[in-house]
Amino acid sequence: MLSNDLTTQAASAEHLAYLQARKRYRWRVTAAQILLLVSFIALWELAATLRWIDPFIMSQPSRIVQTLRSLYAGGDLFTHVGVTLLETVAGFTLGTLLGTFIAVALWWSDYLAEVFDPYLVVLNSLPKVALGPIMIVWLGQGMRAIIAMALLVSVIVTILSVYSGFSQVDKNKIKLLKTFGATKKQIMQKVILPASIPTIISALKINVGLSWVGVIVGEFLVSRAGLGYLIVYGGQVFRLDLVMASVIILCVAAALMYQAVVLLEKRFVKWQ
Amino acid sequence: MGAEKLLRIEKVSMKYYSPEGEISALQDISLDIAEGEFVSIVGPSGCGKTTLLNILAGLITPSAGAVYIQEQLVSGATPLVGYMPQDDQLFEWRTIWHNVLLGLEVQNNVNQATKAAAEKMLRTYGLIEFKDAYPSQLSGGMRQRAALIRTLAINPEILLLDEAFSALDYQTRLVVADEVKEIISSENKTAVLVTHDIAEAISMSERVVVLSKRPGTIKNIHDIVLTCEINSPLGRREAIEFRAYFNRIWKELDVHVEQ
Repeated sequence: MLSNDLTTQAASAEHLAYLQARKRYRWRVTAAQILLLVSFIALWELAATLRWIDPFIMSQPSRIVQTLRSLYAGGDLFTHVGVTLLETVAGFTLGTLLGTFIAVALWWSDYLAEVFDPYLVVLNSLPKVALGPIMIVWLGQGMRAIIAMALLVSVIVTILSVYSGFSQVDKNKIKLLKTFGATKKQIMQKVILPASIPTIISALKINVGLSWVGVIVGEFLVSRAGLGYLIVYGGQVFRLDLVMASVIILCVAAALMYQAVVLLEKRFVKWQ
Repeated sequence: MGAEKLLRIEKVSMKYYSPEGEISALQDISLDIAEGEFVSIVGPSGCGKTTLLNILAGLITPSAGAVYIQEQLVSGATPLVGYMPQDDQLFEWRTIWHNVLLGLEVQNNVNQATKAAAEKMLRTYGLIEFKDAYPSQLSGGMRQRAALIRTLAINPEILLLDEAFSALDYQTRLVVADEVKEIISSENKTAVLVTHDIAEAISMSERVVVLSKRPGTIKNIHDIVLTCEINSPLGRREAIEFRAYFNRIWKELDVHVEQ
């Protein structure tokens, strides 16, 4: 009902030219992206085959593919990916839920927010991976400690960004609800939360990356399975093929998880 | 104007406290508003207009004095009062229909009768086709109408308009003022408009209350009597008396521009 003045049936020659130029430009970007990847892989393979670089320490695309294949054949591939994925999703979900919950509590009480402010600032600047050994002592050498790491890495950022999103909600919208006689709970439900969904989603996007950091560091420290374990193990026994293969799987998994959040965003903020 | 007193403001004063000291925002405001009346409050910026409106809406309690609506003391938000904010404040994530129902939802009063009344208003005021549209799909004027219907849906006795048109561009503003006035008259509502626009105040209301600089006191109350053919805000701007009222109120506002 809005774009009635934009008629499509009688596109002028100039408009067609404009559309074509746009399309050509998009295509050039995609082509360059693909070319970059393909030539990087080709050059790597060539350099290793011709011994410009030492494939033992630099690895080689064909050897990475072989490693992936044998991991798959041995049935180990999905175990490792599954373990890491489970830890990341668990840490990510818990971190986001807990962070949002604490942000709601801080919004509820200005007093609480002021009391906790200096602690949050300190915790935010602390590199959370430093707490890794403590988590291992407390929760044992295993998945629980790793999930706790992923949670720790993301929870403080979530609290801070969601709380600041809550505080930025238009005061006049809150005033409007108050004139209807809204309770604090109704203000939270009807305006603060829905208005903050874009903020919460962008917190999710940051948390995806942070949870991976937490999980991989956690696996470096304790685990017996997972991609972080493969990377550390491969490094220790000088199997760089294994390290590279794990890094590539990690890239793909992290990208897929990010896309899942983007899909979630499209689903929830259709009004924008 | 012999109609029943709907709103009674009795010796209302308001003081704010800050570490630097005490600020007196309003002093001894007394005013009666009759049922069906349209009253505007004008004053220089910072004179406590918005404070007064917040008191009428029951959002803040005056330091002294009291406000009565239908002889009931106002102590907190009440369904008797409908508030029209500056900028329509429609919620972007709700459709027009769900925006209109917002007040009823908050007051737990969504039922067949109230929904039917809201739907009827959407139909009467030309928004029924946009029921399922999001606010971003509507023009400024339509958004303002939707905001007014949201306020009217809770069926208040008094409408408080807080600089309700100031976010609109000039042309839209004139048209929307006309529309809003017409809707308020046809729904038989009493209205209090707070504005800094003298012409808007004269063109819309039966009485204009002029507030003084801080602490705000009532400086004068003008009964607006205009001879005009069309009794709409736009038509009223054509009246010969318009300019005289404008000049008198302008002088009373005592605005000095720093050189």
